[in-house]
Amino acid sequence: MLNCQVGLPTPGFYSLAEDGTWSGADVDLCRAVSAAIFGDPDMVEYQSVTSAVRFTALSNGESDMLSRTTTWTAVRDTQLGLDFTTVNFYDGQGFLVPADSGITSALDLDGATICVLTGTTTELNLADYFRANGMTFTPVTNENVNVLVETYLGGGCDAYTNDKSGLAARRSAFPDPSAHVLLPETVSKEPLGPVVRQGDDAWANLVRWTVFGIINAEELGVTSANVMEMTASADPNIARLLGTEGNIGEGLGVSPDFMVNVISAVGNYGEIYERHIGENTPIGIPRAGTLNALWNNGGIIYAPPFR
Amino acid sequence: MALTSQHDDTAERSSLLRRVFFDAKIRAIFLQVLTVAGVVGFLGWLINNTMTNMAARSLSAGFDFLDVSAGFGIGFTLIPYQEGDTYLRVFTVGIMNTLLVAVVAIVLATILGLLVGLARLSTNWIIAGVARAYVELLRNTPLLLQIIAWYFGVFNLLPRPRDSVVLAEVFVLNNRGFYMPSPVAEPGFGIVLTAFVLSIIGAITLYKWEAARRDRTGKSFPAIPAGFAMIVFLPILVYAAAGSPLSWDVPALQGFNFVGGVSVPPSFCALIVALAAYTSCFIAEIVRAGIQSVSKGQIEAAGALNLPANWTLRRVVLPQALRVIIPPLISQYLNVTKNSSLAIAIGFPDLVSVWMNTSLNQSGRAIPIVAMTMAFYCIVSLSVSLVMNRYNRRAQLKER
Repeated sequence: MLNCQVGLPTPGFYSLAEDGTWSGADVDLCRAVSAAIFGDPDMVEYQSVTSAVRFTALSNGESDMLSRTTTWTAVRDTQLGLDFTTVNFYDGQGFLVPADSGITSALDLDGATICVLTGTTTELNLADYFRANGMTFTPVTNENVNVLVETYLGGGCDAYTNDKSGLAARRSAFPDPSAHVLLPETVSKEPLGPVVRQGDDAWANLVRWTVFGIINAEELGVTSANVMEMTASADPNIARLLGTEGNIGEGLGVSPDFMVNVISAVGNYGEIYERHIGENTPIGIPRAGTLNALWNNGGIIYAPPFR
Repeated sequence: MALTSQHDDTAERSSLLRRVFFDAKIRAIFLQVLTVAGVVGFLGWLINNTMTNMAARSLSAGFDFLDVSAGFGIGFTLIPYQEGDTYLRVFTVGIMNTLLVAVVAIVLATILGLLVGLARLSTNWIIAGVARAYVELLRNTPLLLQIIAWYFGVFNLLPRPRDSVVLAEVFVLNNRGFYMPSPVAEPGFGIVLTAFVLSIIGAITLYKWEAARRDRTGKSFPAIPAGFAMIVFLPILVYAAAGSPLSWDVPALQGFNFVGGVSVPPSFCALIVALAAYTSCFIAEIVRAGIQSVSKGQIEAAGALNLPANWTLRRVVLPQALRVIIPPLISQYLNVTKNSSLAIAIGFPDLVSVWMNTSLNQSGRAIPIVAMTMAFYCIVSLSVSLVMNRYNRRAQLKER
């Protein structure tokens, strides 16, 4: 079994259905890695812990990998015994405020009380942003995002800050999503991606190349619907991706056709995006024209080649 | 000759060995040395093992992070703190906040517990029944649940700053906290403080003089009310004479929140109310048990001697009740201090929340941070029990 760590249920990224099954963009990455190893996307034991203890759970061996909107930073990568594999979502921190508050810019927030999740980069960026702009604020912190959201909805703080994707996801589950607006400012860089424990390079390679595989699949037009036909493709790039040519799977310690299993289980990068957080979902984060579009489509999602 | 001497040596040596082996004192010393060596060795192995394993997982150990800038904000601090301050400063902020919660909750719980405990002994069955219901309801539900209930059920539902509840025009209550005016000392206020200190010294002297005179002559004099009057009225007189050298910083709505005065966040209010109410139940039971432990004959004897009611309580019942009350009371005070760490559930920045949670995650130094937190709680608990045990020794029944 793959012990895959996700966060407390958050719509779009890792949400928990009533029957106890997990789904979401980050959950699909756990399923992709499981499919790559076992040929079965359901060999996953999901671990849902608060953001405050996520790294401890990974470094002491409870979790094999972390797939949960975690920002890649220098300190985390070098001092906590973590290994950030790659970036699969480019995010930035924003502010959510009640629509009737009359606030239209983050610069209007001088003196405000702000709800923020503790133990996150968000907490540090918040302090940095206010210091840089010579403003003051009172933080209301908690390690449990649900307590924090309740406090915000009850009026216990003037604004709620988090990564913009997280804010959009949370807002979609509010009783009245239209009563809250996202402020236009993006106050930080938040490159999110899967994390593994430092010191197991072969394992890091497998997670990293599974992500690269689903990005390459989108670029090459391989989808969950056509992956079986594509195994007969004459395009050598597709043949190498799907393992009908070359021995990339061997180098990773999995079967040559591991990407066939991955793509038939979860689809390519674009499919995962549109299924869970794209414009046709309640989360509704547009992709076109943002950093998260493919590199040949105006974005910076770019994977090294399978060769 | 040589033979005999050798024989003597052997005999001497064997008798020395026998003495070492059979002498209870030497054996005890030997065993103690062995135990200490074992304990030290075990601790050494534990520390070495931790360091090795942390290095193997490429985790940083050591206390060098303490002078690194923490970089996050803290919602409530007793001492000045800015986002750029060091982790050591964060540790101090956390300690101050924890101690504040502990002290305020202990004072409130003691007062409330005393009242409820006395109410439980009331002959009026409505008062006794209400007190009993209070105790049974609060002490039979988990404290964490009560803290969360007070936070979400009461303090988070208060009106927003614009529609605040204003009491006596200066006290403000809303869902951002409780705001009070703060005193600002002006030149000349030192005289008032001096008068206050002097009147306390005077009251104590008066009480001691009265006790000595009573022992000598048997004549009594109401030293306690006189002392209180002195402590209250003397500073007020001096204050008026010095031309009221004190002004008040009154909170006022400015922008998002009230500004000025002193304020505590809703999480503090919820924590204090929950801790005080929960602990007061246990203190109430302790007080009731203590008073009931004094046999009825003592009170009747005091009545037969025609002692006034307050003397019966102060000189007969309480001295005997206290020796039953103090030891369990110490445990309750220690419990309040340790239970204050549940603040983390509602985000009050106490030591556990701000240090063992936020700082641990931001710096990643789990082991030094957990060790420092444990050391703090250990020192506080040991100091509280030291002080209370001193007091207990004084209140104990002197048996000779």
